[in-house]
Amino acid sequence: MSWLTQGQVPLEAYLVVSGLLFLIGVVGVLVRRNAIVIFMCIELMLNAANLAIVAFADQLQQTDGQVFVFFVMAVAAAEVGIGLALIVNVFRARQTVYVDEVNLLKG
Amino acid sequence: MTPVFFLLFAVMAVVSALMVVLQKSPVTSAVYLVLVFLSLGGFFVLLHAPFLAAVQVVVYAGAIMVLFLFVIMLLNLQRDVDDGLHHAARRVFGWALGILLAAQAFLLLRGSWALGPRGKEPAALVHAQGNTQVIGVRLFGDYLWPFEITSLVLLVAVVGAIVLSLRRGRSTGVEDAP
Amino acid sequence: MDWTFGLPPEWSWLVWTLIKTLVLIGGVLGVLPIMIWGERKVAGHVQFRPGPNRVGPFGLLQPLADVLKLVFKEDVMPHSANRVLFFLAPVLALVPAFVVLTVIPIGPQFVVTDVNVGLLVFFAMSSLGVYAITLAGWAGNNKYGLMGGLRSSAQMISYELAMGLSVIGVILLTGSLSLVDIVKAQDGKILGFLPRWFVFYQPVGFLAFVVTMLAETNRAPFDLPEAEGELVAGYHVEYSSMKFAAFFMGEYANMIAISCVCTALFLGGWHGPWLPPVWGGIVWFVLKVSILQVFFLFVRWTLPRLRYDQLMNLGWKVLLPLTLANALVTAVAVALREGWLR
Repeated sequence: MSWLTQGQVPLEAYLVVSGLLFLIGVVGVLVRRNAIVIFMCIELMLNAANLAIVAFADQLQQTDGQVFVFFVMAVAAAEVGIGLALIVNVFRARQTVYVDEVNLLKG
Repeated sequence: MTPVFFLLFAVMAVVSALMVVLQKSPVTSAVYLVLVFLSLGGFFVLLHAPFLAAVQVVVYAGAIMVLFLFVIMLLNLQRDVDDGLHHAARRVFGWALGILLAAQAFLLLRGSWALGPRGKEPAALVHAQGNTQVIGVRLFGDYLWPFEITSLVLLVAVVGAIVLSLRRGRSTGVEDAP
Repeated sequence: MDWTFGLPPEWSWLVWTLIKTLVLIGGVLGVLPIMIWGERKVAGHVQFRPGPNRVGPFGLLQPLADVLKLVFKEDVMPHSANRVLFFLAPVLALVPAFVVLTVIPIGPQFVVTDVNVGLLVFFAMSSLGVYAITLAGWAGNNKYGLMGGLRSSAQMISYELAMGLSVIGVILLTGSLSLVDIVKAQDGKILGFLPRWFVFYQPVGFLAFVVTMLAETNRAPFDLPEAEGELVAGYHVEYSSMKFAAFFMGEYANMIAISCVCTALFLGGWHGPWLPPVWGGIVWFVLKVSILQVFFLFVRWTLPRLRYDQLMNLGWKVLLPLTLANALVTAVAVALREGWLR
């Protein structure tokens, strides 16, 4: 942890933060019932991946990583639009957003 | 000074992410997620990517989360009701799996691993030319084809969202937005 | 700006930046009483009445009376309101405006920080300003407040699109996102007498930006979500006393910030004839921003309010194609000028 007093933040530090965010996102998807909160945790995972990509792009001195993150952001925006429309439709049909209550097909 | 800002953003990001998962009310979770996105924007600035930092705030914090908040408020979602033994069991199971995954990641990645090939755009060069310009040159040069396909993806998303939110029986797109 | 406070260079830079930011914030907050007074006076004279003239000469102490009234009012919080968000929303109304002020060049050597994506910082902050209204509408636990808040947020995000597209022409002409570079590119004269401001090169862009300026700050004629007669004042129905004052201040601070950006983008920033170089620029900048503020006030008390569907129609079906066409024409013109098209 000597980098705390010197200038440079090492790559591993960014990767640890990215990994932690990703893990918290995974736990969120497993633990929560509310479909919208699950969706938010998926976005959290996407952002953790974005952070890792940009950290590597900075370390390897290339901007391809940043272009890739740009595409990830655009596609994530599209995905959120459609996903929320789907959740609204499920709410209209079942009057609930809890994923374990949408179980009509259960045997 | 960079390490100080890094620690600040790291603590902000991880604590806010934990609150996203732990808070009962979806609106509060959404606000904490906005905080996560803002701290990620800060990280991008530290990583010499100011354009991405601004785009992160505009797109993620400024548009996507507003959309989330709209839906939560329109559906009028109050605090999650999570009492009961099977819900508590599911929560314990979820956290256990998460810790297992963390342990796996730690064991996998603690050994040494090799970095990929170095690129040809050191930070000084990018700063001189302008981060936006360098990204623009790559985007419209090497990555033109994915760029055009992404625009099609966005078009499909727009059309899809409108079609999905049409009510049955009406041919015009009159939604129930205020 | 060379005194280092005895700290290492990075930390002394940080301290100087903080001092400059505080000076800016203090300046804006100091101008607010003048704007309050100006609004009431302009309202009065436009409506063929004298406006406030009892409190002090020409009603100049009226803002003081307003502030005292607001301070002494009871600060009510509804019992079932969301406490944290109720407190947070007025703060969010104020803070983004101050962040925008730090990237604007006020004079030839006075810019708090010259980020090379300065214009994007402005768009980021206007995106964050939407949260103030959304959360305020939700936090009051009031259906009217919620409807007003959602309507206003939808309006703001719709017009953000048109605002972004309307400045693409300026970015193409300058080749840079930094507001300092954009202002520097407006130096000189066309045909010997007309200054090279981008308002002459981009009239459509300027028009679109002015309309979106009004819509982004929720000012008339786009103030349906917050008008007192509609939806019981919309998203600030549950606020009183200092929190309401914070929304009020936030609206004026937003007006100032967005006028500063408009001046830097289209009206030549700190360029102006006859005055000496160092502080003359600041004088011209303040003059141009003041003209835009007076324009805001005139428009509020002259034009009738737009209905919500008319407003959304204007944003999506009129401004969006118009600004896209403007961007296309400007791009073709720049390509011809640079010789990329044969």
